[in-house]
Amino acid sequence: MKIIQYLINGISIGSVYAIIALGYTMVYGIAKMLNFAHGDIIMVGAYISFCVTNYLGLPVVVSILAAMAVCTALGMLIEALAYKPLRGTPSLAVLITAIGVSYFLQNAAQLIWSSSPKNYTSVVTFQPLRLAGGQLVITGEVIVTIIASIVIMVGLTWFTGKTRTGKAMRAVSEDREAAELMGISVNKTISTTFAIGSALAAIAGVLLCSTVPTLQPTTGSMPGIRAFTAAVLGGIGSIPGAMLGGILLGVIETFSKAYLSPQFSDAIVFGVLIVILLVKPAGLLGKQVQEKV
Amino acid sequence: MLKVENIDVYYGAIHAVKNVSFEVGDGEIVALIGANGAGKSTILKTVSGLMHPRTGTITFCGQNITHTEAYKLLRTGLAHVPEGRRIFLQMSVQENLEMGAYINKSVSQEDLEMVFNYFPRLKERRKQVAGTLSGGEQQMLAMSRALMSHPKLMMLDEPSMGLAPIIVDQVFGIIKELHKSGTTILLVEQNARKALQIADRAYVLETGSITLTGTGVELAKSDEVRKAYLGG
Repeated sequence: MKIIQYLINGISIGSVYAIIALGYTMVYGIAKMLNFAHGDIIMVGAYISFCVTNYLGLPVVVSILAAMAVCTALGMLIEALAYKPLRGTPSLAVLITAIGVSYFLQNAAQLIWSSSPKNYTSVVTFQPLRLAGGQLVITGEVIVTIIASIVIMVGLTWFTGKTRTGKAMRAVSEDREAAELMGISVNKTISTTFAIGSALAAIAGVLLCSTVPTLQPTTGSMPGIRAFTAAVLGGIGSIPGAMLGGILLGVIETFSKAYLSPQFSDAIVFGVLIVILLVKPAGLLGKQVQEKV
Repeated sequence: MLKVENIDVYYGAIHAVKNVSFEVGDGEIVALIGANGAGKSTILKTVSGLMHPRTGTITFCGQNITHTEAYKLLRTGLAHVPEGRRIFLQMSVQENLEMGAYINKSVSQEDLEMVFNYFPRLKERRKQVAGTLSGGEQQMLAMSRALMSHPKLMMLDEPSMGLAPIIVDQVFGIIKELHKSGTTILLVEQNARKALQIADRAYVLETGSITLTGTGVELAKSDEVRKAYLGG
């Protein structure tokens, strides 16, 4: 029974990684950059939702919506101020800038909210499900997280596959110049991508802190790196890949904590990444596109 | 319709297009011919806003478009079928056509029928991923995609590149048809013989400068052109 419990918990934390990884993967796929500040947007989202509930006393739903709104604006602002001026420069410059933005957000959070951890109250209020005579406990957070991640993945797949804006995103991802020639504004498309990715990061922040209630300025950094790993593992640029990679990573992490060593769980997780990339460099569901000349 | 005056275009320090001027009148087929690296594609990219000239002006339908961003130009009626086709290989044929009609918000059935009329093969393959099409079909898709926006001027960059002679004939046949139905054409070609056959006027480009100009027939007869581009 224990093993099923670990599996469920692993899928749950993995679903949070998956939601973060979806943001990473979309931004990478379309803007062709690794936004290392993505993890810190999660932290900002969690703080906003924390403040709205604890200081303003507003309902949970409002706090989530506020977090999404602030993160969307923040994501677009960061893109416009820090990344857009660097478009067309070597990717290393953008990468270093993203790392800089990440530290900037962490330090800003430290100034605003101090470095002492806040105790985040879970947004999920309903009672855990007890199965198999109480041996198997499925918390409300687990259920909400898993459902949220599935809804988001299905929603994004529909959005990129069926809507005009979503298709324009795929066009920009494949060939920027050709997309421009179709009348698609690459700048607006990239900005929209950042908006969507950051709104997802806000949701991830709320879900993450509902599961692990310690909220501090560095809260987003490790989950951010794990989610990045998940996106690469699943095949960066691929939506189902991010989902699969996230869940796989969550399960591996939970199992290695439970059965091998809590201290070395990260080493094991990244070890798995290295092995998978050695065998399949494009990631599990990554496409290796062959061009016709 | 299109007037390019004294443009100079640079790739970093490389002076790729030197003081080039040319014109495309309403309803004409104009060809730019020249060897590889002469600056033909650079000129088209500059007209369509993917690059910008350091000096000179470009006017389209009376509007100064010298520094207009590429994505705004399709709305003015200027379409560019780029070198190497540049279709969206991972999207379906239908989706590629939808992207061609992106500025119209939605795709009209009539427009789809219009391009399928020109290129019946694409109708059979509309659900297929564009990357699985043959080279000729990809060229046809690239042209169809540009047609979806009903351009006034269509710029075609090396439409014959990498295609079998029989397909090249088909492609040029369709260019003629498009021209008959009222589209002005600016054609860039290495296949000078083919280009001069259908062009009203042509410009010969050598290392970034225009060296000769005349009607298609005149240039096809000129000794210089025959030696350099038509194999004697």
